[in-house]
Amino acid sequence: MTTDVQSNNSRVEQFLTFQLAGEAYGVEILKVQEIRGWEAVRVIPNTPAFVKGVLNLRGSVVPIIDLRERFSLEHFDYSPKTVVIVLCVEHGANQFVMGIVADAVSDVLDINLEDIKKAPNFGSKIDTRYMRGMHVYKKKMIMLLDVDKLLNPDEVEGIESLV
Amino acid sequence: MSIDMSQFHQVFFEECFEGLEAMESGLLTLDMGDIDSEIINTIFRGAHSIKGGSGTFGFTVVAEYTHIMETLLDEMRDGRRKVTQPAVDVLLGSVDCLREMLTAIQNERNVNNASVAKHKKALEVVLNGGSMAEEPALPVEQEFASEEDSVNVAPDIVEEESVELGEQGWKIAFCPYLDLLKTGNDPVRLFRELNELGELTTTVNIQDVPGFYELDPEECNISWDLKVVGDISGDEIREIFNWVEGDCEMEIQPLAKAVKLPPVVKKIDPEPAAVIIPDNPAPKSVEVKPKVAETKKSESQDSDNEAAKTTAKASSIRVDTDKIDTLINMVGEVVITQSMLGLVGENFSMDKVGQLKRGLAQLERHTRDLQQSVMNIRMLPISFVFSRFPRLVHDISSKLDKKIVLKLVGENTEVDKAVVELINDPLVHLIRNSLDHGIEMPADRVAAGKPETGTIELKAYHRGGHIVIEIIDDGRGLDKDKLLSKAIEKGLVEENNLLTEKQIFELIFMPGFSTAEQLTDISGRGVGMDVVRRNIQSLGGNIEIISELGKGTTIAIHLPLTLAILDGQSVAVGDETYIVPLVSIIESINITERMLNKVAGKGETFRLRNEYLPVIRMRGIFNVHSGNPTKSKEGVLVVVEGQGELCCLLVDELLGQQQVVIKSLEANYRRVEGVSGATILGDGSVALILDVPGLVRFSIR
Repeated sequence: MTTDVQSNNSRVEQFLTFQLAGEAYGVEILKVQEIRGWEAVRVIPNTPAFVKGVLNLRGSVVPIIDLRERFSLEHFDYSPKTVVIVLCVEHGANQFVMGIVADAVSDVLDINLEDIKKAPNFGSKIDTRYMRGMHVYKKKMIMLLDVDKLLNPDEVEGIESLV
Repeated sequence: MSIDMSQFHQVFFEECFEGLEAMESGLLTLDMGDIDSEIINTIFRGAHSIKGGSGTFGFTVVAEYTHIMETLLDEMRDGRRKVTQPAVDVLLGSVDCLREMLTAIQNERNVNNASVAKHKKALEVVLNGGSMAEEPALPVEQEFASEEDSVNVAPDIVEEESVELGEQGWKIAFCPYLDLLKTGNDPVRLFRELNELGELTTTVNIQDVPGFYELDPEECNISWDLKVVGDISGDEIREIFNWVEGDCEMEIQPLAKAVKLPPVVKKIDPEPAAVIIPDNPAPKSVEVKPKVAETKKSESQDSDNEAAKTTAKASSIRVDTDKIDTLINMVGEVVITQSMLGLVGENFSMDKVGQLKRGLAQLERHTRDLQQSVMNIRMLPISFVFSRFPRLVHDISSKLDKKIVLKLVGENTEVDKAVVELINDPLVHLIRNSLDHGIEMPADRVAAGKPETGTIELKAYHRGGHIVIEIIDDGRGLDKDKLLSKAIEKGLVEENNLLTEKQIFELIFMPGFSTAEQLTDISGRGVGMDVVRRNIQSLGGNIEIISELGKGTTIAIHLPLTLAILDGQSVAVGDETYIVPLVSIIESINITERMLNKVAGKGETFRLRNEYLPVIRMRGIFNVHSGNPTKSKEGVLVVVEGQGELCCLLVDELLGQQQVVIKSLEANYRRVEGVSGATILGDGSVALILDVPGLVRFSIR
């Protein structure tokens, strides 16, 4: 698989990749608002465990979601390397700002849209709705996430039933 | 070098609208008996600066119009002219007209020349009122001149004007005998009365006027063709001509079809009676004449689009100078503290630690104050909305012949700018309703043993974590039986359903519901209240009606504080900090575990002065596990009230009171039960604001 940027720019998108339990994930860079270090959040009562709480982001109250817990991966204590990726999510006509906790940020990649493979169908057991597709980079698989679907406020609320 | 003037337009328009508002409130406060020259001065200044500004920017139509107003006001100011109610009414009409013109220009629409010309004419008539005899032909000439003027500005208006001739009305051929004037009749008076019925157009026929030397000034040599437009019965017209019946020949015909009358205006010989083209000195500005309605229809669609366009534009905010002064002061303090700290840091030694700490504490305080006052800028007193209502009440009550005073209470309650903008339309609707349906006619009021003058009270205050706006009238109240039977008749309610009083009142919010026997152009079409409720709900509030037949109605609008500042008590539960709205706290009590009584093994109650109140353990309800668990043995009970119910919240500790700005959790997340919002504490961390009514509901469940 080639990593060269194709001359046809309109078919190339940039993705921010990050690490989560040893796996690489990617999100569209245009959705990323900022990346910040982990800091203590205010817990919101009676919410799913993966909603860590809310953070004051220069005056707006932003919910923070732990992707490890969201994806039912083993829990990992937050370290100084732990980052929060603040994303701008579109839902209908509204825009939401949410943060996701990741182990570490890796790289920004230019990915040709043609090189994105469709997410395989794992049957009903594994939910692939939040995947935009897969991309192979340096022989490693990167899971590209569809942020709008992943962090849809309705989904965030009713997620327990899926796990 | 040319400067792009359009960059200043926005400011100009804002200033104009502000000036208009000042003029309007000035005109409304003018007391006929005792004229305060300062008020007139204010009004005059408003008109003057609009005139100046519009001249500068090349809006000549506005400038010319304001010039006339200014002239009139100038004479009033100098005491050369008495301030009369009709004159004030005309001026108020002019303020409306100016506002229309300016909005039109602002949105790059054409100015509605017909209405401008009408108001201009009215103004000129007032202006020439005293001196008409001296320069008699002037009003006529100016009127047409002004119409020509305006046509130049916006040529496409002409068509609209010919359309409006297809209205119902009467055509009167009036040919008085020579001795009409000798019998003491004055045609001018007749015409004035006609004009009161509808819009009057006069065409003078002066063929029979003899040469100057043969002219007998006491003879009436002229005849008129009159046209009155409006919904008038033939009897009304005949009544006016009753007095001259034997002294003239006349023919009254209904205006069946559109007849375009040629605008015959001839220079007339100086014969006094013939020359004055009468015009009602004070055409009722409120009256919705069909003509205006028609032209407005096409325009209102226009303006709807425009409105959508304008909202997209950057909005600006007017801030009380006091607030800005405080802000500047605070910034000054911050700068001083910063330089002091800089000085400490420059040659730092350990003995300066105390100084450093003091400086940091100061900085912290200033920054927090600064933050607070910046947030305060968004808050506007509700008087921004309320100030428009005296005019509304003035206009409508005089139109309805009712006597009504409007009382404003709590005008200084601060509301977020967004609420101020959005609450206006629902309030207008509700006040119109009160004026039209609520308050009875003076005679009926006296018969019911109430004071002749009705009262509408508009009240705003903060309560229970809400901003409450109440519209209280002492009118006839809602008739439950009538509402119910109407609802059954319309099929909105099943016949045998038993409804509570509250549910019955709620019926008026149903679409298509109206009990008014007669539709008026003020209210009663049954399309309003459901829209009002929807608007208020879209603001996240609710609306409530309390009414007593014969005594009056209170409509209370509760708006959430999502946008407002709130006084809060911060409480600690484990490591968490929550804010309890101060308004809902009744008292706080230090307790130990033993003071709580278990009920049926599960619920807990606390006995407070012979009353058992349910206790909510915040640790339990919010799943807080952090902090010192022994704390749960003793704590603080915060007695709160929500929706009329009392309950106790068991927390670990009371921390402090502070003003907090409400941040919506929903903006980025969703509603959380028991939490009405979030705020940011002085240390930058987030704290959740408790939704007391929600918790109370929870405790009852």
